[in-house]
Amino acid sequence: MGQIKLKQVSKSFDAVKVIHPLDLTIENGEFIVFVGPSGCGKSTLLRLIAGLEDVTEGAIEIDGKDVTYLPPAERGLAMVFQSYALYPHMSVRKNIAFPLKMAGLDKAEQERRVKEAARVLNLTDYLDRRPSQLSGGQRQRVAIGRAIVREPRAFLFDEPLSNLDAALRVGMRFEISELHRRLATTMIYVTHDQIEAMTMADKIVVLQAGAIEQVGSPLELYRNPCNKFVAGFIGSPRMNFIEGAHAASLGAHTIGIRPEHISVSSEKGSLEGIVGVSEHLGSDTFFHVTIDGIPHPITVRVGGEIGLRYGDRIYLTLTADHIHRFDQKGLRLP
Amino acid sequence: MARAVSKNAKLRNTAIAGSVGFLMFLPILWVVILSFKTEEDAIRAPLEVLFSSGWTTENFATVQARSDYLKHFSNSVIIAVGSTLLGLLIAIPAAWSMAFVPTKRTKDVLMWMLSTKMMPPVGALVPIYLIFRDTGLLDSRIGLMFILMLINLPIIVWMLFTYFREIPNEILEATRMDGARLWNEIVEVLAPMAIPGIASTLLLNIILAWNEAFWTLNLTAAKAAPLTAFIASYSSPEGLFYAKLSAASVMAIAPILIMGWFSQKQLVRGLTFGAVK
Repeated sequence: MGQIKLKQVSKSFDAVKVIHPLDLTIENGEFIVFVGPSGCGKSTLLRLIAGLEDVTEGAIEIDGKDVTYLPPAERGLAMVFQSYALYPHMSVRKNIAFPLKMAGLDKAEQERRVKEAARVLNLTDYLDRRPSQLSGGQRQRVAIGRAIVREPRAFLFDEPLSNLDAALRVGMRFEISELHRRLATTMIYVTHDQIEAMTMADKIVVLQAGAIEQVGSPLELYRNPCNKFVAGFIGSPRMNFIEGAHAASLGAHTIGIRPEHISVSSEKGSLEGIVGVSEHLGSDTFFHVTIDGIPHPITVRVGGEIGLRYGDRIYLTLTADHIHRFDQKGLRLP
Repeated sequence: MARAVSKNAKLRNTAIAGSVGFLMFLPILWVVILSFKTEEDAIRAPLEVLFSSGWTTENFATVQARSDYLKHFSNSVIIAVGSTLLGLLIAIPAAWSMAFVPTKRTKDVLMWMLSTKMMPPVGALVPIYLIFRDTGLLDSRIGLMFILMLINLPIIVWMLFTYFREIPNEILEATRMDGARLWNEIVEVLAPMAIPGIASTLLLNIILAWNEAFWTLNLTAAKAAPLTAFIASYSSPEGLFYAKLSAASVMAIAPILIMGWFSQKQLVRGLTFGAVK
């Protein structure tokens, strides 16, 4: 089991409110990602759930039991920290066994569970090493091993991949997703990287300035962002925003269109522009197109290789079904 | 740093540094030399002292015969080690709470503690003396242990605080997430990680307590007198006995010098206060 319920939870540091009262229910077995820019309160929210910070107001329930005032040790959650936070004076084996030792399990059972975790995480050959003798990816695995041996009610991940290099990050992303499928335990994962959020989450919680902007599956957020912030935050490259006359003609203050929902022609279209810098990724090409009367260049995705050069004149057409309309406050118009 | 230094400049710098080092060491060396001379030789002009023929170990025998060296030595050991251990017992929890659960006043408390070291100790001599007299602590090892612990406590707390602060808070949070109680957190994780820091604090404070002269001279007479009082007893009204005074000094500083020599590494780390990682 591992259902976590936040009821009107808020957090202030002195006079500064970092989390505004919010409600959130995380269902058992869900992989949920808290995503948002730096300082949005996502890590604080995770630490409130962990019990490492005290809530200022509101209540936290785990499996229907009020844990608001329980210390972290009694909440039955496991956490993987950004810095891995391994015990430097203990071997890998002792690191992984530490929570079991704290739980008072007998030696044989400890050894059995450590071996099992090491097998799952490919750490069997490293059990007698110290953390300082391991690579970044291996340390990360030890931290995960220490979390899984306890069979916790839920896993909390605080930006666990941000210290790894790009290639390793993609690999670990798969491993964590794989682990979630296998264990089917609730996982809460904090990241500022929307690609991690999109690829791993069952459900994404987008946070900004201590408040929840939107909760939904990755594709829901991608297709129907509830406001301009979410629309701009989710998706890479970013959604294009156009204000002014063009938006007004569609009855909106701002319209948004994703790079893949713009078609390109060398003869005709609703917007006329000049090709700027282009980014060739092989499978896709992104053009930055400058259009008169629109301050920022528009990003356009074109499949594969295409013979457009810097300074060429082209015409863009926005796919009508995929235009997002926002009002003055940035809220989505129906 | 890659900087071109000519061979001559290198030679010159080495010579200057060597001379300065030698000058600083000279008084100690002189004391060692005098301790092996007879009293008549010891009061001659320096060059004559150096080249006079007689070398003798009789001073050490005389000193041991006149005043019981071992008694003073054991007093020094008991007072220095005892006051340091007592200090650690009080300072570890204090430094823990200041490093890991700081409040708005933590900085002020630390500064206040350090400021007590700025006061001349003689300012507190009369009240301390009276308290010691009335509680029967005068000339007792317990009393000295206690007063030296108090004198060095600010330094012990500061050093431990600096070491504890080097331990990342996330590691302690991880122990809490792993189900550890405060006791396990301190015993299984914090203490092992802080052992190098605790060890160098211990060594430095044994040295400080060993060398402390003001309180040990003023608060002891015969029973609890440590080696500092033992040296002082050789500059007596009967006249100055250079050779015997030197022999007593060598006997007093030798143990702590040897200890310092063997624990150099730990001490350097202690003295740099964790500034170098």
